[in-house]
Amino acid sequence: MFDRPENLAWLILLLPLFSAVAIMLFTSKLSKLSARISIAAVVASFALSLVFFVLLGQTETIQVPAINWINVGTGPGALSVEIGLKVDHLSLLMMLIVTGVGSLIHIYSYGYMQGDRSFSRYFASLSLFTFSMLGIVLANNFFQMFVFWELVGISSYLLIGFWYEKPSAADAAKKAFLTNRLGDFGFLLGIIMIWGLVGSVQFDHIQQRLATNPGALGVYSTLAGLLIFCGAMGKSAQFPLHVWLPDAMEGPTPVSALIHAATMVAAGVYMLCRAFFVFQATPAAPVWFPWLQGVSALHVVAWIGGITALLAALMAVQQNDIKRILAYSTLSQLGYMVMSVGLSGPAHAMFHLTTHAFFKALLFLGAGSVIYAVHHEQDIWRMGGLREKLPITFWTFLLGTLALCGLPPFSGFYSKDAILGNARHQNTGLFIIGVFVAILTTFYMFRLIFVAFLGSSRSEASSHAHESPRIMTWPLIALAVPTVIGGIIGIEQFVGKNLGVAEESHVAFMDRFTEPFNHAPLAAIAGLGAVLFGGLLAYALYANAPRDPLPGMIGWFAKAMRNRFYFDEFYDWLIARTQGALSNFAQIIDQWIIGGLFIKGIHGTTEFAGRALRLAQSGSLQTYSFLFAAGAALLLFLFFKT
Amino acid sequence: MMKVGLEHYLTVSALLFCLGLFGVIARRNLLVIYMCLELMLNAANLAFVAFSRFNNELNGQVMVFFIVTVAAAEVAVGLALIVALYRKRQTAHVEDLTSMKL
Amino acid sequence: MSAGDGFFYFFAFLTLFFGVLVVYNPFSRNPVTSAMFLVLTILSLAGLFLLLNAFFLAAVQVLVYAGAVIVLFLFVIMLLDIKEEERRKIRVISAGTGFLAVAAIAFTIISRLIWTTRPGAGLPAATVVGSTAELGTILFQKFLLPFEILSLLLLVAMVGVILLSKKDLK
Repeated sequence: MFDRPENLAWLILLLPLFSAVAIMLFTSKLSKLSARISIAAVVASFALSLVFFVLLGQTETIQVPAINWINVGTGPGALSVEIGLKVDHLSLLMMLIVTGVGSLIHIYSYGYMQGDRSFSRYFASLSLFTFSMLGIVLANNFFQMFVFWELVGISSYLLIGFWYEKPSAADAAKKAFLTNRLGDFGFLLGIIMIWGLVGSVQFDHIQQRLATNPGALGVYSTLAGLLIFCGAMGKSAQFPLHVWLPDAMEGPTPVSALIHAATMVAAGVYMLCRAFFVFQATPAAPVWFPWLQGVSALHVVAWIGGITALLAALMAVQQNDIKRILAYSTLSQLGYMVMSVGLSGPAHAMFHLTTHAFFKALLFLGAGSVIYAVHHEQDIWRMGGLREKLPITFWTFLLGTLALCGLPPFSGFYSKDAILGNARHQNTGLFIIGVFVAILTTFYMFRLIFVAFLGSSRSEASSHAHESPRIMTWPLIALAVPTVIGGIIGIEQFVGKNLGVAEESHVAFMDRFTEPFNHAPLAAIAGLGAVLFGGLLAYALYANAPRDPLPGMIGWFAKAMRNRFYFDEFYDWLIARTQGALSNFAQIIDQWIIGGLFIKGIHGTTEFAGRALRLAQSGSLQTYSFLFAAGAALLLFLFFKT
Repeated sequence: MMKVGLEHYLTVSALLFCLGLFGVIARRNLLVIYMCLELMLNAANLAFVAFSRFNNELNGQVMVFFIVTVAAAEVAVGLALIVALYRKRQTAHVEDLTSMKL
Repeated sequence: MSAGDGFFYFFAFLTLFFGVLVVYNPFSRNPVTSAMFLVLTILSLAGLFLLLNAFFLAAVQVLVYAGAVIVLFLFVIMLLDIKEEERRKIRVISAGTGFLAVAAIAFTIISRLIWTTRPGAGLPAATVVGSTAELGTILFQKFLLPFEILSLLLLVAMVGVILLSKKDLK
């Protein structure tokens, strides 16, 4: 298997699986050893990914020999599924994020989860997640991707519900899983539809077919695109399936950082980029879908992304839980990425995905460090004055915030600018939404900084806080590095090779700092202005504020924002209504059709037949012998008739 | 007048058989029903012997020999049953023996 | 008509006539009468057996049936002290339907017999005779195993009868 370097890709995928299995089977009682196995596996995967980074060089794709998995039938209707790995710039970038950020978070967890009863279980789940995520990233066909897609859902379920004795965590895990199922159902339908239309589930084959014939999907192309998008909608928590992500913060904070900020939720965006060729097909819709006529799937994707970004940013403004603020911020940034895909800019989306993975993981780990320091207090209004007590955490958190807000020269500025610049050209409405969201982002992030880190202590716990142990602080520092420089090391150009973005002319390294201003000055200036405006607004309202002044100023709207625009309540009501109607219907069927017609009917018919037949049982020997003779006569007659 | 052949014997056998069957159906005394059963067995015997003669071999006659033995055993057991039944119910009349009826 | 044929018609008539009297005797419904006519039926049948060259069987018929079996019947009749079938009404409907069914069987079989065989061809010349020696030879050679099983059957019947005749089955 290892006679060729390409086959090492299998090792990258399987190492975390071996680790998960080994921990579950052998070392579940030895928590320290379990953690080390898990960390070693993911670090080894990261190292191997770096090897591939060198190997890939200038070539576009590395072919990894595939395993034939399922073969059904022959001829044009046959289904043939491989387990294969596709290593190109896109998947390699994702691999580096998953294993790189994953390594740091594994190490951080070693400190953060110290002393937990189920230390081994935690690391086994984390390894399982890494395996599944790498499976999605490396999949070379839809079918395999879907399998790992579900595996990721399961590991996410396991980790959100890690503290399953807490009812809120168990509920959140269920909610996340079920909401994801809703999207996955659409995804599966989309996969089946594409297979039915193109006859293959392999990305390369489909891409080839669509490249030679953009109309290959016929009238179903828009529908197929939207169904595929359903999967991303669930996994990347896009409106209207966004409700699960904030609740998923019930899991341990490193999990939130890895799964619900940096990697898994980005899987939807990654999948959209990987399957972008589906959206490039000629848009068309069947006649029985009049409202889809003339609509391109990308258009819908872009608007859903924009709406998600806006809604989530508004909701984040009035949250008080440090992790929830970051969760809504994640939602909002995912909205950006999806919007960018929708605006035909998958490379920009992947760029933002990468930088977001760095700074959002950093922010979450910083939040975890804060929570750890103040004894699991998550309300920012009960913190305050943490700047002096947690210096490393504060400064790294500040770097992450600046990157998220999009201040040059931090990474977030460049990726956000790429998206906004693209939106500026394509759709002015979405551009305005994007800038507005940027203002909101800065506003709520600096609100968080002002309230939690600056000012004076508001509670006993925060006044006695201490800096976290070194094993937790140095991942923060390590993540701060790409957070700062991620925008100028050419990530977009790297991933663009696979996504059909014209390669930028060689920009000198120093020029990259100012390149956005030359390339799309309006977008860059708007982004910068948004940061300044939002920051000043936050300073005016929250610097040394004893409590939140916003509800007094905009009244009911603040309340609606705090209550997340009542989406959960609306879904509760909707589900209760539909479920009530369904159960009533089922009850009628059960009572009248099943119970009445089938059970009582069968029972009644049997009893009636029995009663009728009982009359024949006269108990008289004569009658029996007569019937016997008559029967014999009949049989003889039939027998001799021919 | 035609010569007496196999079919003559078989006709007699069939008639005797049906006579016995009719007796089984119509008579109500268990003992008489038993006698009618014997008639039916004898009808079968006659058919066997006739076939044996027609085919010029003895297998049919051996079968009759067996039938006679079985019939003797059957009569012995059957009559013992009737006696036991009579002791219990004081009747050998089938119309009185309907306790199997619901 | 040859003498053999004459004997056939004679014995056949007697068999059926006595058979009818076993089943339905207009003068007496006493089981003893039926038993006596059964003896006569069996004797006439033995005559038919003789005509078919089954000498041994004719003797067995007389000995076993007319002797042992009928004696057993009479013995039980006396034991049970059944004099006459009580004067119950003959059920016309059940007897009528029974007759119809039986007649249908008889008609089917006999019509089939007449249609399929060639009437009047007579019997082939006899080459085998059912004498004691011949029958004994085939019985103890070809049919030895069934014969032995038969003895077992008789034993079982004997045990069963003894068991049934015991006053209280405990």
